[in-house]
Amino acid sequence: MPLTAEALAARLQDTLGDKIAQSRVALGEVTIEVAACDWLEVAQRLRDEPGLAFDMLIDLAGVDYSAYKDGAWQGRRFAVVLHLLSVSKNHRLRVRTFCPDDDFPLLPSLVEVWPAANWFEREAFDLYGIVFEGHPDLRRLLTDYGFIGHPFRKDFPLSGHVEMRYDPELRRVIYQPVTIEPREVTPRIVREDTYGDAGRG
Amino acid sequence: MAEIRNYTLNFGPQHPAAHGVLRLVLELDGEVIERADPHVGLLHRATEKLAEHKTFLQSVPYMDRLDYVSMMCNEHAYVLAIEKLLGITPPIRAQYIRVMFDELTRILNHLMWLGAHALDIGAMTVFLYAFREREDIMDMYEAVSGARMHAAYYRPGGVYRDLPERMPQYEVSPYKDAEEVKRLNENRQGSLLDFIEDFTNRFPAYVDEYETLLTDNRIWKQRTVGIGVVSPERAKALGLTGPMLRGSGVVWDLRRHQPYEVYDQLDFEIPVGRNGDCYDRYLVRIEEMRQANRIVRQCVDWLKKNPGPVIVDNHKVAPPSRQAMKANMEELIHHFKLFTEGMHVPEGEAYAAVEHPKGEFGIYLISDGANKPYRLKIRPAGFTHMAALDELARGHMIADVVAIIGTIDIVFGDIDR
Repeated sequence: MPLTAEALAARLQDTLGDKIAQSRVALGEVTIEVAACDWLEVAQRLRDEPGLAFDMLIDLAGVDYSAYKDGAWQGRRFAVVLHLLSVSKNHRLRVRTFCPDDDFPLLPSLVEVWPAANWFEREAFDLYGIVFEGHPDLRRLLTDYGFIGHPFRKDFPLSGHVEMRYDPELRRVIYQPVTIEPREVTPRIVREDTYGDAGRG
Repeated sequence: MAEIRNYTLNFGPQHPAAHGVLRLVLELDGEVIERADPHVGLLHRATEKLAEHKTFLQSVPYMDRLDYVSMMCNEHAYVLAIEKLLGITPPIRAQYIRVMFDELTRILNHLMWLGAHALDIGAMTVFLYAFREREDIMDMYEAVSGARMHAAYYRPGGVYRDLPERMPQYEVSPYKDAEEVKRLNENRQGSLLDFIEDFTNRFPAYVDEYETLLTDNRIWKQRTVGIGVVSPERAKALGLTGPMLRGSGVVWDLRRHQPYEVYDQLDFEIPVGRNGDCYDRYLVRIEEMRQANRIVRQCVDWLKKNPGPVIVDNHKVAPPSRQAMKANMEELIHHFKLFTEGMHVPEGEAYAAVEHPKGEFGIYLISDGANKPYRLKIRPAGFTHMAALDELARGHMIADVVAIIGTIDIVFGDIDR
């Protein structure tokens, strides 16, 4: 029988102790937060402790929290979120850490722990500019050759900065500043929880 | 003495065996692969960023366009993530419909994979056979959603509408005479469920046909046995999921081990391989098609007996009926608000995964309480498989790379997103 989320959270607390900065159980999922300096060590132990045995890295995602709740966010800007799976124990875990420096987000690479991290870290570097120290081959992955900037950061416009077209006079493809106007069809709105409930107007 | 040097070969992005837009840089020592460096991203459309600028409902059609040969499975993970955050459960009939279409999609995907994979390594006929059956499943998609591929049929809270009572039929045209049309319409006389039931009766014989062509075929075995071997430990370390993991002998299937919807009430088996090579993964997928067919049949039987609602009646999530909307002011407001401002998903984060035909397909959703996702991370099934290509291909010949690309079942819509 797989562990319940609460039991897993308790076991994590027993095994990792004060390495866990914050632990939360919500919607049946366990989330722990660790400090960036403990990142590699915690990852190693999550994989190797027999009671945890997270043998698979399912996902690694970069997150830019700068626009969270329309700017109400107080903490650090860049986070990396791991989704781990233990095939042998049949449980899942989410691990989050915040990069200490907003201007130069840097974390140790997890490629040595889970080889699957390789491309996920390249992706996070490409899209968010998070640098993974110790990664064997940290190149851009998804964007074009010679792309400038990190497109998934919240301050990067949706339509980008440059566009590409064929120039008949120069007889080659050229880059030029974007000519389309950015527009927002549906505005982004954060409402209070009770909005629209009967009897509340 | 002649100088010996290694060649670098550029494979794709326009190569027919590259399955879309893969640019693969191969470093060769003679004909042996020293290193394979896949350059992906040629199909990158920033789906995750686009979703941050769309309401939750507006992003459903984007999901179809990720892995564009298993459309409804992508939608499934997305709506599951939203439902998890909203804390709603779709009606039981909607769950059966979703499972049925997930499994039809699995057949759809595996047929495409089988046809293309066989074509790549020299078997032409399977492709034609596979596409014959794909056409029937496309018709089911069309009957239920109006679109052959990009269905946008799964919605948060259920599915868009109930299964149609009448299966659309062919009509006489300058290209099809009355006799031809009569033949084509033979199994389309009843409802969609009748058509699907008829398909599940026919399909096992079709799978036998594919197997006659391939399973004991000497050339097929020469091209796949012992190629691209992955050990179970290595498969887990590389993050391989789905048939790639099961081909190596690891018994792991989300439908069984972390069941969602009604999979825990259905009877099916999970095939696993033994050697972890291309041939075992072929056998696993063939058997998965048979098992999917079994699941579809069970769903058809259940759905025929149990009518009911197919979407929740919470009108902050699902639209009211057209009649109610036109007769009732309250419903009109709900309809208007839902399709302009969209639904608000409570603050929080959720990860939902489905057993996609290609592996684990997951959606990680962060909401800050707005009408749009704050961050949507797609965990594509093919991504880690593509990343493992380098390791799988090393030491093999150039011709084997084609077999390995075929066996990892990649679609660039979901790797590049």
